[in-house]
Parts: sequence; structure tokens; C-alpha cells
Amino acid sequence: MIPAQFDYVAAESTSHALSLLAERGEDAKVLAGGHSLLPMMKLRLAQPEVLIDIGGLIELAGVTTNGDELVIGATTRHADLAASELVRAEAPLLAYAASQVGDPQIRHRGTIGGSLSHADPAADLPMALVALGGSVELQGPGGSRTVSADDFFQGFFETAMQPDELLTAVRVPRRPGVPWGYQKFVRRANDWAIVGVAAVDGRIALANMGPKPLRATAAEEALAGGASPTEAAQHAADGTSPGEDMHADREYRSHLAKVLTRRALQHETG
Amino acid sequence: MTHIEVTVNGEKRSGEVEPRLLLVHYLREVLGLRAANVGCDTTSCGACTVLLDGKSVKSCTVLAVQASGHEVTTAEGLSVDGELHPVQAAFRQNHGLQCGFCTPGMVMAAVGLLSENPHPTEAQVREGLEGNLCRCTGYHNIVRSVLAAADQANAADQANTEVTA
Amino acid sequence: MSILGTRVLRTEDPKFLTTGGVYTEDLVDERLDGACHVFFVRSPLAHARINSIDVSAALEAPGVVGVYTAADLADLPVVPPSAAGLIKAEMEHRLLATDKVRFVGEPVAAVVTQDPYQGEDAIELVEVDYDPLPAALGFDPGDDSLLYEAAGTNVAGYWGDASALDPELFDGCEVVVKQTIINQRVAPAPMETRAAAAVWGEDGRLTAWIPNQGAQGTKSSLASRLGIDEGLVRVITPDVGGAFGAKFGADQEHVVVAWIARHLGRAARWTETRYENLIAMTHGRAQQHTVTIGGSRDGDVQAYRLEIVQDAGAYPRIGAVLPMLTILMTTGPYDIPKAEAVAKVVVTNTTPIGAYRGAGRPEATAALERAIDLFAAEIGADPGDVRRKNLLAPFTEPHRTAFGALYDTGDYVAALDKALSAAGYAELRKEQAERRASGDVRQLGIGVASYVEITGMGDGEDTPPQENATVEVHADGTATILTGTSPHGQGHATAWAMIASEELGIPIEKITLKWGDTDLIPEGGGTGGSRSLQQGGAAVQQAAQELIEEARLRAAAELEASAADLVFDKSRSAFNVAGDPDASVPLTQLAASERLLIRTVFSQPGATFPFGTHVAVVEVDTETGKTTLQRVITVDDAGTVLNPLLAEGQRHGGIGQGAAQAFLEEVVYDADGNPLTTSFADYPIVSATEVPSFELADMATPTTYNPLGAKGIGEAGSIGSTPAVQNAVVDAVAHLGVRHIDMPVTSRRVWQALQAAQPGSEQ
Repeated sequence: MIPAQFDYVAAESTSHALSLLAERGEDAKVLAGGHSLLPMMKLRLAQPEVLIDIGGLIELAGVTTNGDELVIGATTRHADLAASELVRAEAPLLAYAASQVGDPQIRHRGTIGGSLSHADPAADLPMALVALGGSVELQGPGGSRTVSADDFFQGFFETAMQPDELLTAVRVPRRPGVPWGYQKFVRRANDWAIVGVAAVDGRIALANMGPKPLRATAAEEALAGGASPTEAAQHAADGTSPGEDMHADREYRSHLAKVLTRRALQHETG
Repeated sequence: MTHIEVTVNGEKRSGEVEPRLLLVHYLREVLGLRAANVGCDTTSCGACTVLLDGKSVKSCTVLAVQASGHEVTTAEGLSVDGELHPVQAAFRQNHGLQCGFCTPGMVMAAVGLLSENPHPTEAQVREGLEGNLCRCTGYHNIVRSVLAAADQANAADQANTEVTA
Repeated sequence: MSILGTRVLRTEDPKFLTTGGVYTEDLVDERLDGACHVFFVRSPLAHARINSIDVSAALEAPGVVGVYTAADLADLPVVPPSAAGLIKAEMEHRLLATDKVRFVGEPVAAVVTQDPYQGEDAIELVEVDYDPLPAALGFDPGDDSLLYEAAGTNVAGYWGDASALDPELFDGCEVVVKQTIINQRVAPAPMETRAAAAVWGEDGRLTAWIPNQGAQGTKSSLASRLGIDEGLVRVITPDVGGAFGAKFGADQEHVVVAWIARHLGRAARWTETRYENLIAMTHGRAQQHTVTIGGSRDGDVQAYRLEIVQDAGAYPRIGAVLPMLTILMTTGPYDIPKAEAVAKVVVTNTTPIGAYRGAGRPEATAALERAIDLFAAEIGADPGDVRRKNLLAPFTEPHRTAFGALYDTGDYVAALDKALSAAGYAELRKEQAERRASGDVRQLGIGVASYVEITGMGDGEDTPPQENATVEVHADGTATILTGTSPHGQGHATAWAMIASEELGIPIEKITLKWGDTDLIPEGGGTGGSRSLQQGGAAVQQAAQELIEEARLRAAAELEASAADLVFDKSRSAFNVAGDPDASVPLTQLAASERLLIRTVFSQPGATFPFGTHVAVVEVDTETGKTTLQRVITVDDAGTVLNPLLAEGQRHGGIGQGAAQAFLEEVVYDADGNPLTTSFADYPIVSATEVPSFELADMATPTTYNPLGAKGIGEAGSIGSTPAVQNAVVDAVAHLGVRHIDMPVTSRRVWQALQAAQPGSEQ
């Protein structure tokens, strides 16, 4: 219920945060909204020795444009992302995904950077980023690099980030007026998705159908080849490795993936 | 120990705290503001909900150190001069509480909800309270209470608008 | 104008809304200054022998004051299981595990620290060496892995005689349907977890603050387990954040906290985490039902058999005895000529089962209402029609059932018709037919459940159900009521004040209710089993009326008139000589020189039987199996309603919990007895988005058993809604070949049922 002891330091700037990470990387965790990290620490599933708080770094929050991309600061809260006029106009799937995370209180604190670096395969924002074909900006001692969503999520709660790197921004293509669909199948409000599907512009991403958010590539290919949403959706579970838990077995998850993919391809939200 | 300075219900408070001290425990054990309750371990139940810079948050998942430099409002800070805040009054009028354990958190969540959406539909009220669990009421009267508070506020706004028009 | 029957707002609310209730964890009291904090080390295994417990590392941890195990408590008495004659006496429940652990979460050691944050650090350092044993689980745990070697079996006991079942019970029935039904294990999960604060005084007396449903029962439990005289124990009940049946008496942890306070000579406090609450507070339900129902093709139910297996969990507590109540209510509101019921109780390596909203009676209704629907489906009849045909005719003289229940008053057909009418049943069936014809993905389901339930049971055959109350009028114009009930959200402070105000003419704002302090109120039955208004409220009314008669004598002396010539004017709260209003004396003045109070005990002839019908309307997405609960319409007739606002609140809460059992909640264990639902992220208590606003239709058939005409309302909502919702979901997909789906009717279960009904077809 309460975390193990740790040291705490409030970063004064992005470069301060980076130098702290360079120093303590392996033993440290970055704290922004804390709504992926603190629940794990309270259950003692994570016991970092030091927390580096970047919550006060306003330079890391906010939404801007850069050519054909939206640039979203890593510490942008889910509620702000969901309400952003710019994001709702140009990447509405992302705004919608942010509006589905947890509950209002969680959305007032949780950040996109935190959610993406946590990399829960059942979560909304990792799936959304994969569907959108977005990327993340990572800064480290060696400089900064951009990693595509497809490459960023590597495994079960695993990303391409090094211990001394900080996720500073998220980029998504601007697609005003492009239809999209989003399906999050839950047992009860506030739950993580039993299966989730996000689809836009020929890309289909799945949540909770494997250890990381997956592309439904077979379904995408069928779609690209002229198949209808119903036909394409039949392939939604191909190549996936859904887990089994008390909510669903492999068979049911695969079935849901197909139904939800069809609905997402028909531009339904639910 | 880390030094923090938090404004709570309009009053500046400061102290030295362990980094792992949860905001809910800072409010309850250090400041003696015990209306917010701890009801779960997984940020699920919302009984600890307070306002942080005017936004509803679950104080069990905020470290006291994260609140330093910010403003916190608790249920105790809602009523002014012993008069119930309109949302509190609506809960009373509509029997929106039974055992009361979820109530301060529920009221703060409702205040937060109405500040962002002053004219919610019933469905929006229910979704807006998805982060607050109640075992006693079946939510029926909680929803009535929030809708009543919204109606009251809108009627008051209307009256004000009419007066100034 | 009588205040009774009106929607009086709760006088309790301003406090709860502003500074908040004062629950055990909130208590600030100089008697608790310097209190230490207790934490429990709990078994991570479902079944294991304890080889050794090494507390040395924990003792060295920062802030640790002491670490205790069963060895330290060895001189405390061992309390045998309840109903020890009927339940195997060897199945004892120790305070801390001795040689074995029998469920994940069983307390093994207690760690005591100076500050609360130190405790969670310290418990990790206690090292227990376990030898795992196979877990005995399910309704047929077998005897290969015995929980109690001395008992020689995992069967704790039996209710009824299985060998006396009549093999010819269903002879002559044109139609017989048999089904095994699971009434799944659920967690009461009140928002406030369990807690305790305890301190011993210089006088050797224990003062314990414990959230409970009856301080007097908690006191007895503590005293017997501490091996001390009851006179040495004072229990004080703080505000309680919900209980639902699971906070009666005292649990192992409460006793250990009290013992620690005595051992250390300082106050001790404990609050459990939600994880602990979900695995170590008693669970509810966990019955398996094999129902057999038979009758004629035209809808006459002629015979019914209910065979129950109760999973009592690892230690037989109240749960082991509840099947007795299930059996009592076997035939519910129906006139079934031949019926039988038996039960077997088993122990398993899971959390012990206790009382949970309805405690044994919802199980009877759930089984019966599924059986009625199965019968209706078999003969192709409308479920409403089958019920109407078989419900008992209305009665005003008590009706005794074959199972020994004496129903006081009832009009079950009227309740059914009223609920169906309020639901717009015919319209619903029409819409359902249209959606079926068009093959709509989203199908409509309508579920009906009729019930009768027993409330206000006494302690046993010899003692009639009763409750005490003391009413005192003070010279300053206020009044105080002492009650033996124990409110935890039900609003007794307002309700009892209404009753007293009606008799005394004192406004409710000036009437204070006290409860839950055993030094102040040594006797009382607490609040549970929906007993409080009918007995506790009636006792308040009786005490107030007796007080008026006592006051009348004083007024007579005061006014130098004869008592027979005086009238009591409630509107002025004063006595005056009949025909001479100026010759008067206010009631409160009669308390000026001598205390004016009456203590009385109200006895009721027996339990009362509220009844009703619930109708649930669901929409099932036949592609995913997901259910949306659209409407719940109920008639819950609990006799005369004292305060409709409070009664509605009780119904709403019951409906919410009842519906949640039908389609959401379940405590889940894996094959090794590890609980999987150990947080509110995993155990899905319902949120505001899963339920609609409820539609309550009113009906009041008074009881003749108390002057208030009141039966109990607290549990009724959870009894009707569970089968109504379950029946609705099955109904939604019945045309696709589904006959039964066990609770919780999750989307996966619905989908699997659809697959099984039409094998090989792709949705």
C-alpha cells in the first residue's frame, strides 16, 4: 500500500534531469504524473532507489505543430491532450485514446510520456501511437534520437529506452478529416482493455493481443488489397499471441479482435 | 526528508516529509484533515479524491512532495462559514450518501466534474464519476445529487444573467 | 400532520459532507495517544505446514516494537466453531496460524511498529518456512488433502437428511428439468476495510473501537477469545463505512490487536489494506445448487428439490450455518405441493465464508428463480405467467410453509403484476420479438424474479425477536435515544428521531441518537438481517409512548388534576387539562427535578417477510457477449414505509449489489488456491457507469407484528435483482438455444454459451 523508501529529487531543467539519469540511471525512475509508476511502487512491484521528478518542467508540456507533425510534450496530461482543439482536429484518434485512459482523476495527472514509457500492452496510448504511426523523441547523454512507434515497444512493459534516456516528446502525423475508429473492450469502466483496437489510414493496432501493442498486419494487407472491413477483420488475430487470464482465453480474445477490428474499420468508437 | 510548501484550503502549510509520504496521508496525519479516506491500494476507488490546482486527483497516488508549490482543496475546504457548498447541499437534499465513506471523495470528484462540464447529461455524470466507487447507494441518488447541483448552479447563473441583462 | 411516512432529510449528513465521518482510522482520542501500529504477516500459500517462523530480522527493523506469533498467544482459549454440534468440532479457528495455514491471507504473525509506514517494511522481513500441501478446492474437495487431519474429512456438516430424499418426488410430473447452478463466491468489500484501536486502562478494562454491526456481540466475541469476563470489555463503535454482514462479532485480527495492547501496555491500532480485505474479510455466497423442478405442461409447478453444497472456506464460521436459512426459504413465494432441500457443508483452502447481504436467503431465491425460468422455457411459457400461476394467493393471516417459515402477510401476485406493469412488460416483449425477427446484433432480454425473504429473525426458537430502547427527555427541551441497533449508513439517527418526535412533539433536530457503546447500552442485537426498524424502531416508539404515560403522572401532580383528565398535545409537546388549554405543563419541564426516561424492550411475535418482484432489462451484444444493464424495475414491499427517502436508498444499494453479483463480481482462485481478485482493479465492484437509474414502484402490505407495520428492507433489493438480471441475460439469447448461464454472466460466458448452443457457427 505504501512504497519502499526512496530518494527524491525535483529536476530543475531537462538537462538537469538528464545528468541525474546519467548518474543514477539504473537505480532511478522518472516521475511525471506518477499514475503508472506510483501504483506499481505502492504494490512494491517497482522499488527504485531514486525518483527524478520532471513534473515541474513546463518546457516538456504542451502541443505544437512542426510541419506535417504534431509535437506533444512528454509531460502533457491525458486530460489536456483529450481536450486539445488542435489534437482533436488533427489527430482525433489520439485525443480520443487519451480520453479513455482510466478515469477523470487519473487523466488529470497521467502523462503521455509516462504512459508510453510504461508500455503496458493493454493501455490506450501505446496502441494509439502504433495505429497513428507516430514516434517518440528520446534524449540521452549522446544527444537525441527519434524512434518510431513500431520500434519503440519491444516487449512486455519493455521499450527501446536506455536507463539514461528521457522521453521528451511524441510526434504524430497530422491527419485532419481522416476517418478513424477505436474500440476498447472492457468488463467495467476504468479497467484496462481486455482487447483494444485502433484504426486509421490503413493502419490497425491491437492492445492486449500480445506482449506489446501489435499491428494487425494481415488485416492491413487485406484492406490494402481491397478487402471490406468485414473481410479484412477476419485476419485481425493472425500473428498475434494473446494471453489468457480470468477475463478471456486465447479463443475469446481472438474472436474479440476480429469483431472489434471490423467495428474500428467501420469508424465506430466504443 | 524533503521540504514542502503546500497551500491547503487557502492556507500555506509547510514541513519536512519523507519522499514516499502520500498526499492523502500528509493531509490526514500531518494536517489533521481526515475527510479524504483511503479505500483501496490500486488508485481505483476515489475515496481520497481532492482538488489539486482545481483539478480532481486521487491523493493516494500523488506524493506530498509533488504537491509542493501547488494548491490543494479538500472537502473541509468546500463549505464557507459553515454553509454547505452547493454540491454538498445537493447531496444532502437527494440522499446521496449512506455510510459516508466514499462521500468526501465523491463530492470533490463532482465539484471537479461540474467545473469542467457545468451541464452534464446523466450519462456524462456517470462517466465522470467512474473513478469513484460506492458500495451503499447503487449510485442512483449520487447521480441525482450531481444533476441537481448542476441544475441549481445553472438556475443561479440564469438568474444572475437576467439581473445583469 | 404526522412526520411518519415523509421524506425527512438525514440529520447525520452535514457532518459527513463537511468534516467527514469519524471512522476507526480517523479517531483522535487521548486514550489512543502514543498508539503503536499492528501489521499482519499473512500466508502466501493456500495450504501448507508451518515448519518455522523466524522473526529475528523483523525485530531489528526500524521502529519495530514487537513481533508475535501463535506461540505468544498459547494461553488464550480456543473457541470452537459455531454450531459446534452440527459442524465438526475439530475445525477450530486459531487467532494466528499454529501448525498449518489453510488459506492465502490467513494471519501468521503480527508485527508492531511505532509509525504506520514502518510496518509494511517490517512485515517483509518475517521469514516463514512452509511445506506446501495440495489445496482442497471447489464444491467437491474430496478427502485426499485434509484441512483438519483430526476431523478425518473435509465435510464439515450436513443440514437436512439426504437419505430421506424421496426418489418418487417427481412421479406424475409431465415435465422435469434438472440443472446445476453456481451461486458464486463474492466479496462484501465495504468501502471501509476492517480496523481496530484498543487500549487497556489502569482498571484492567479493555476499551476497543471496532467498526462493527453490533457492539454487544463484538464485546462477547472479544471477551470469550481473550478469556476474560465480559464486564472487563467496553466496545465503542465509531462511524462505520459499510459492513453488509461482514463486520459482525470480532475477527482474529481484532482480538490480536487487543491482546497486543494488553501485552505492551499501550494503545494499539490496526487498519487493513484493501488487499487484505479482499482475501481475509469473510466472503459471501459460494453455494452450488442442484435444482430439480417438475410440473404439468400447462405450467403448474408440482415438485421442487434443492440440493446445496456450501463451500464454507477454510474455517467454518457463519457461512457453514447459512444453508439452514437457504433451506428455510426453499419454496419462496410459491405454492409448490412437494418440495425438499438438503445441504452439505465442505471446507476448502479458501477464505472463510460469512454473512453477506441476505446471508443465505438470496441463494434460495436465485436457485428457485432460475428453476422457474428453466421450467417456463421447457414448456414454452412466459416466465411472468408461470410465476403468476404458482405464486401463493394473498394472505393476511400468517402462512406456514413446509419448511417451517411462518410468513406474516403477503400479496405476491399483486407485486408481480405491479412490477410487470411498471416495466411495460408487454411492450418489452414486443420489442424483443421485433429484434429477434430482424436478427439484430443487440438483443433485448427481460428477466423476472419474484421473492419473499425473512427479516428480523430472533436468536433462536426460545427467544422472540426483540430490541431495547431508552428514551429520555431533558429539561432543556432536547431528548436522547439509546438504541440497541447499530447503524452504518441506514440513517437511524434520523429515523428513530422521527419516531420519537411523533410521540413526544419534540423536533427531530433536538433529538440525539446514541448507539454502539457497550458501557452505555449493554444489550442489543445490532443491525443486520434487516431487523432494525421493525424491532429497534418499534422499541423507540414503545419507549416514547411509555415515557408519555410516565410523564402524564407527573403532569397530573403538577397540574393537580387527575391523569385521566389530561390530554397530551403533540403540537405543543405539552399536557393540558382537557378543555382548558391554559392549564398546561410542557413535557420537558417534567424532567426538571427528576430524570424523565424509560427503557423498554419490544418483542415481536416472529420474523417478518417482505416480498416483491424485480424486472431487469438488458441488451446483449451477441457478437461480443457483452451485457448492458438498461433498466431495473422493482416492487419491494416491506410493509409501511417510515421514511421513503431512506427506504429508497436501501433498495438502490441492494439492487446495485445484487445486479453486480449477476453480471460482474466473482472471487476467483487459481488451481493452487491463489486468489486472483485481490484489488479493486481485479475485483469489479460496480461503478456508476455499469448501472442505470432504478425504477422503484411502491407497494406496502403492513405486517401485523409491530405497530409500525414495518418489515425489513435492507437486503430485499439484493435478493430480487440478482436472479432478475441473470434471467434477463439468459432470456436475451434464449432464442439462440441458450438455456442457462452461470453467474457472473460475463461477456465471455455469454459468448461461450452462444458458441455451445450453435456449434460450428461463426458470430
